[in-house]
Amino acid sequence: MAYLELKNISKNFGGSPVLKDINLSVEKGEFVAIVGFSGAGKTTLISLIAGLLKPSNGSLMLNDLEITQPGPDRGIVFQNYSLLPWLTVFENILLAVEAVNPNWSDDKRKAHVEKYIAMVNLTPARDKKPGELSGGMRQRVSVARALAMDPQILLLDEPLSALDALTRATLQDEVSRIWSDDKKTVVMITNDPDEGIYLADRIIPLTAGPGATLGSSFTVEIPRPRDRKSINHDPHFKQLRREIVEFMLGSKQERHTAITRKLILPDIEPEDLNIPRNMTGWRKTPIRKNEMKEESVEVNS
Amino acid sequence: MKSFKFDWFVLPLVGVAAVLILWQISCATWAKDLPTPAKTWETSKPYIVEPFAKRGEMDQGILRFTWYSLQLVAKGYLLALLIGTPIGFFLGLSKTFTKIFDPIIQVLRPVSPLAWLPLGLVLFMGAGKDASELGALFTIAICSMWPTVLNTAVGVRAIPQDYLNVAKVLKLSRTKTLFKVLIPASLPYMFTGFRLSLGIAWLVIVAAEMLTGRPGVGGFLWQEYNSLIYEHIILCIVTIGVVGFILDRLMSVVEQKFKTA
Repeated sequence: MAYLELKNISKNFGGSPVLKDINLSVEKGEFVAIVGFSGAGKTTLISLIAGLLKPSNGSLMLNDLEITQPGPDRGIVFQNYSLLPWLTVFENILLAVEAVNPNWSDDKRKAHVEKYIAMVNLTPARDKKPGELSGGMRQRVSVARALAMDPQILLLDEPLSALDALTRATLQDEVSRIWSDDKKTVVMITNDPDEGIYLADRIIPLTAGPGATLGSSFTVEIPRPRDRKSINHDPHFKQLRREIVEFMLGSKQERHTAITRKLILPDIEPEDLNIPRNMTGWRKTPIRKNEMKEESVEVNS
Repeated sequence: MKSFKFDWFVLPLVGVAAVLILWQISCATWAKDLPTPAKTWETSKPYIVEPFAKRGEMDQGILRFTWYSLQLVAKGYLLALLIGTPIGFFLGLSKTFTKIFDPIIQVLRPVSPLAWLPLGLVLFMGAGKDASELGALFTIAICSMWPTVLNTAVGVRAIPQDYLNVAKVLKLSRTKTLFKVLIPASLPYMFTGFRLSLGIAWLVIVAAEMLTGRPGVGGFLWQEYNSLIYEHIILCIVTIGVVGFILDRLMSVVEQKFKTA
């Protein structure tokens, strides 16, 4: 049994399913990247693993236990950082540490928080509020908060997508470094195949929605530590990248769905003014109703 | 610096001068009973130059009267916050609670302090000597709590889902979620409510004092009207306005402090 196991998960918010037939198994210590288009349901998938959403069907198991609600055993780094703006960097992380380790002494907690602030190189910004930090720094606080909870699994929801290219590269290096130090199980969601290949052991593409599902996984066989400059010339990297991009574009083209449209056919016959009206209201309303029809159209989504 | 002084000091003075001239002209033409600015100053002078003098129950310096009024306002206002904030929280957190109580709130909200005061006096009739104070407190509290209630409710509803997700992932206890997430996240809205409430509390105190005859700015105003000393009515109006303005400024300073990014 794998460490994290998703079986036949589907999720719909009332209408047609956003995700269907999701099967995923992640081994302990593995770094898995899920690559998908924006709007495909990536955040929905990670919210399911986090327990913030419940699946419509199927089961999620972490370490042989069913995931039914959110909990600190799964550290999340949200796409929009989700730091509390009225707390300083230190207090934001301390809040998480206090929640996870209620019976630690104050000194131990403080030392723990300091350690993770140092890990993401934010010691000088320790007492600043999130509003005074740049996007990259905020995201690092968010990473530190998730790591400080010492979770069994780390969920990264497009952690770097809101950052500029340079900051992004620096933080990718940092995530890579922290992962190789810590060997946590990581599930990362991203929209950038390159980022996935650079960081992960395995890449799993998510097809375009609605009704997105996971494709077969690509194993990244580039030895670590990976070097950002030379990786671009690695033939395996190039081939992987091409395959992933082709798969994803292919999945997008395949999508022909039939949607039903409502048509309103107005009644254009002239009204007969000799027909007496009902006297209930002041406003004149047409006596004949417009005809409603539904038609089915084939579209590419 | 020079233009700053001109804009914020000289221009308002121009406004004051214009009003004084209009006032003087009115005295001379259509409002024969209205005391002139000079006469108002002359008659009010003992109350202003000796602002804390106490010559009798209803003959005291203007700041002393203001102090009495402020004390009563402070008590009623605190009462309003203590009752209003929790109600606002419940309204913001529970849709059912909103559906049950929102219609009542919307109906009670526009009721004038002049209508509540007699009810307050009736409620506390048994209190004897304190009846007028308790009645006034009741009126201030019930009239001024609505902005706090409604703004708190809006603030709680406007808390971003992200913050609530953080609380869920960390499995914070209910009390911790309340104090670490819900209250700080809705503080800016709450303070807007507090500020509006304070404005209303100050409006109500004058009405309450006029009707109960308690010593205070409002009570003094009504007494001087009955004693035909119209100059003091104007003195009271100016005092009430200035104090209200200062209170509002103070609250806005506090409000700025609690603005979360």
